[in-house]
Amino acid sequence: MKKVIHKWFWIWDFDKEEKWLNEMAAKGLVLTSVGFCRYEFEDCVPGEYKICLEFLENNFSNAENEKYIEFLEETGAEHIGTFFRWAYFRKRTAEENFRLFSDNTSRIKHLTRIISFIAFLLGLNLYMGCYNLFLYFYWHNPVNLFGIINLLIFAFGMIGLVRLLQKRRALKSEQQIFE
Amino acid sequence: MSNPALTEAVYYILLSLTQPLHGYGIMQNVEQLSNGRVKLAAGTLYGAINTLLEKGWIVALSEEKGSRKKEYLITEQGKEMLHMEIARLKELIDNGNRILEV
Repeated sequence: MKKVIHKWFWIWDFDKEEKWLNEMAAKGLVLTSVGFCRYEFEDCVPGEYKICLEFLENNFSNAENEKYIEFLEETGAEHIGTFFRWAYFRKRTAEENFRLFSDNTSRIKHLTRIISFIAFLLGLNLYMGCYNLFLYFYWHNPVNLFGIINLLIFAFGMIGLVRLLQKRRALKSEQQIFE
Repeated sequence: MSNPALTEAVYYILLSLTQPLHGYGIMQNVEQLSNGRVKLAAGTLYGAINTLLEKGWIVALSEEKGSRKKEYLITEQGKEMLHMEIARLKELIDNGNRILEV
């Protein structure tokens, strides 16, 4: 039986998203396709699958991404789908615990990829916001008040960015002692 | 000696590639070598393979017909790194044993 659920996760909450998808799989509903805020599931044996997601290194359909996905498939992972730069994988978990990263170095690399992306978007919003407000005070054109929205997005996104930076710092301090 | 320590993953990947293996083969071999202690995840392995290819410590073998999976093999340079690492590890173990009088 197919089941579609619409749900929204902020980009910095990808851990929560992964956890939720795994809870669904544990209950007997495994992810079969992804879209914008849209998750499609089908019945499975509870606990049969484990889900992992990754923010890919490159944008959209890129030959490097394809090579990477192919490599993962050769190791027994199934590529469920890619939405924007998020790739969703699943694997039957007979005895092993499926995960994409097994050391802190690669976990930090993955986090840095997401952090840089968010930082770029926030930088853009900050610039647009300041520029628009500058234009508003200069020309008094109400259209430029949209700059406030840019600044609000910036402020909100900073909360998520700081959360990811803290997470990365925790991994880095652990790395000073353990590999 | 100034060569930095290899990561556990890199050490075991290099050791595994003294015979030609593809990605999944490396994962299985490393797990077997370490008696199930080291379980490489595929994403981590992929990153390590690419870095080792760039450094010239391993090479990709030309693909066989009928098989899409790429196999890898250690190079002379890679073997040299392994020997240096073993010497480094030996020093660590010898000092540990001597000081703790094990």
